[in-house]
Amino acid sequence: MKYTTETIPSALKPGDYFMMGDEASAEGAVAAGCRFFAGYPITPTSELMVHIVKRFEEVGGKFIQMEDEIGSVGAMVGASWAGGKVMTATSGPGLSLMMENIGYAAMTETPMVIVDIQRAGPSTGQATRPGSGDILQVKYGSHGDYEIIALSPWSVQEMYDLTIEAFNLAEAYRAPVFLLADEGVGHLRENFTVKGEVEVYHRPKAKGLPPFDTGDEDMIPPMPAFGEGEKLLITGSTHDEWGYRKTQVSAVHDRLVKRLVNKIRVNAGKIHRWEAHFIEDIEYLVVAYGISARAALKTVMDLRKEGIKIGLWRPITIWPFPEEALKEAAEGVKAVIVPEMNHGQLVREVERHLSVPVHPIAQVDGEIMRPETIDIRYLILDI
Amino acid sequence: MNHPLEKYLRMEVFPSPFCSGCGHGILLSAVLRAIDGLGYSMDDMLFVSGIGCAAWIPSPHFAADTLHTTHGRAVAFATGAKLQNPNLKVMVISGDGDIAAIGGNHLIHAARRNIDLTVICANNSVYGMTGGQLAPTTPLECFTSTSPSGNTEPPFDLCKLVEGAGAGYVARFTVAHIHMLIKSIKAALEYEGFSFIEAVSPCPTQFGRMNAVPSPVDLINMLKKDFVSMAKYNKMPLEERGSLKPIGEFVKPDVRKSKAG
Amino acid sequence: MNVMFCGFGGQGIVLAGVILGKAAVFDGLNAAQAASYGSEARGSACRSEVIISKGQIVYPHIERADILGVMSQQGYDLFQEKLKEDGILFYDDSIVQVKDEVPFEQVGIPATELAIKEFDKRIVANIIFLGAVVGRTEIVSMEALEKAVRDNVPEKFLEVNLRALEIGLKMG
Ligand code: SF4
Repeated sequence: MKYTTETIPSALKPGDYFMMGDEASAEGAVAAGCRFFAGYPITPTSELMVHIVKRFEEVGGKFIQMEDEIGSVGAMVGASWAGGKVMTATSGPGLSLMMENIGYAAMTETPMVIVDIQRAGPSTGQATRPGSGDILQVKYGSHGDYEIIALSPWSVQEMYDLTIEAFNLAEAYRAPVFLLADEGVGHLRENFTVKGEVEVYHRPKAKGLPPFDTGDEDMIPPMPAFGEGEKLLITGSTHDEWGYRKTQVSAVHDRLVKRLVNKIRVNAGKIHRWEAHFIEDIEYLVVAYGISARAALKTVMDLRKEGIKIGLWRPITIWPFPEEALKEAAEGVKAVIVPEMNHGQLVREVERHLSVPVHPIAQVDGEIMRPETIDIRYLILDI
Repeated sequence: MNHPLEKYLRMEVFPSPFCSGCGHGILLSAVLRAIDGLGYSMDDMLFVSGIGCAAWIPSPHFAADTLHTTHGRAVAFATGAKLQNPNLKVMVISGDGDIAAIGGNHLIHAARRNIDLTVICANNSVYGMTGGQLAPTTPLECFTSTSPSGNTEPPFDLCKLVEGAGAGYVARFTVAHIHMLIKSIKAALEYEGFSFIEAVSPCPTQFGRMNAVPSPVDLINMLKKDFVSMAKYNKMPLEERGSLKPIGEFVKPDVRKSKAG
Repeated sequence: MNVMFCGFGGQGIVLAGVILGKAAVFDGLNAAQAASYGSEARGSACRSEVIISKGQIVYPHIERADILGVMSQQGYDLFQEKLKEDGILFYDDSIVQVKDEVPFEQVGIPATELAIKEFDKRIVANIIFLGAVVGRTEIVSMEALEKAVRDNVPEKFLEVNLRALEIGLKMG
């Protein structure tokens, strides 16, 4: 069933602002109609929580600092089913704790937005340093099969814009959506523009229809709220279209898991967003995301001045991965270079879809990706 | 004639999955009789539960909004729902392993916040669903599948724990004291703040069998013998108390107020 | 225009960068500011980078600075190599000892000394320092800078900070 849309005046006065990425994301949430936040302090993300508390006091919103990140996502599920647009924000160590209830949210098709400001891991790692080591965790971190959506901002402007989009996608597809940022963008301050109006989506609603499978082609069932007299049965166990536990029925499990996966996959074309820079007539393609993509763009621009035919392709939607767009961008290139602030995560996805040589560049020193890290002249001479 | 509680139930899911002689069936009806007595509408209620036998008391039996959550997290889920929609009457029903072991942290923090939830912990001193393992509520020396030579860890006194954490209403009753239990559930629902009831409910299948009291009738009789009223318990000399446990309302709204004052 | 401030945590180094960035945005320019500091909030080395540009800012970190402001000896020793040869180095001469043999221009600002003398508040040294840098280089307008200070300083301390700014601007 299709979501509904509404154009509302933006919560902030339209104009240019200078804020930290974490704060701009909180502003995006408020603009998108989020009025519930449950969280737990963590570096480098706490600024988002602090900012949204301040804004909720102005616009009216429910905030709770939970006892841990497990509880945060639990409270979000409860609040989402009570009708709210809900958010939390964390970083790697908190994300690891959240995985249990993120799986529950995927299973129960509960809309929510989780901001992950990635820092250098594993474990406590480097709390104040950037990383992008959660790329695979957000998709595969909870057990079993399901699909989530993850967006990767590379600027403070996108911290604002993509947070709004994350809420809209969560409402449209009834799934957990990640704003998968990194410390480099989360702690960066930049000017960004707030437009006068915001288009917001609302989850599909209908009375008397099964909330977990209507047989509709788009595979998105309507979502009533608690207190509306629908006598909802919500469970993380295998359930039929009305929510009755059917843990021993193979056909029900099969249908449910396939729908959870396919409702994102069949709609992937509508979800995908990416950006290409200088990709006409190129020999080399850099694939980069987040703050690394800005270092990559700098390198690409410098190398092009030297006559090297190189371009940049940046997935904005990390999951579901926009593979068709990548294939098109990489058409006929000699090699693809994938710089990441991890030891090679998204590069696996890139390799999976291309038949040209793909070179990972891993910068895992806890520093912001440096343009010189991506200087691939040595590679070009080799090829 | 229909059973008077039928209107609160999804009759199509019966018979219930509980073993014969399980205390949870009695607790189920006690909750509904309390709601019936208060005249609450099930449309205003939200029942939240975790994982385990007791979590199945509301889900799917109750004809109301039910949220059957992950193991131990029911109180956190309930917190979010109540905060988002304060008009909901939110009740958590789950077992002792769920609420006091894996979910212990959520329990004490909800009590500390004194958020308006009613938590009923069905305490059977054991993990029933997974095969009779040791719980944080298993009495000393009792046998479970993971304490085959007898439990050596002292159990939690859940009521003291929750009282210490700041709950505004705290009580313990057993399914063998059904009228007191129903009265207590009513009081808990009426209290605007965090209310907690430890509802002692026997598990013949796992706990009874391993501790040589497999008969449900014996188990109920044991509850009647082992649990004494708070007044009586407090008057007893220490050496007479032995393994007896008090039942009653340990924290009531006015009591707490006078304590704080 | 790439500006880098270095000092200790607690000196308001990050705030100086934030105010400068915001002032640039008030002037209708693009700005990016990034900080780096130790995990302890106070007492360790810290750095604030500001890029100001008419055009798009591609990479928001500084490779070579046009202006380097140092309020600690360690900042001077570590980061002077980041300064372009035709850049300007500002230093708090109550804290930093500079070398003579350097290719770039060095400008001493007695920010901390003045902050203590005029206000009995070491904490406003950053604003005096920032004022001097802007007064000398005019990378942002005075009006925008003042507006940015107003935007970032709590009401209670506003007057002191505005006076500190004025002292700095005059000195630059
Ligand atoms: S295992 Fe025990 S607690 Fe579970 S249903 Fe059976 S008797 Fe009841």
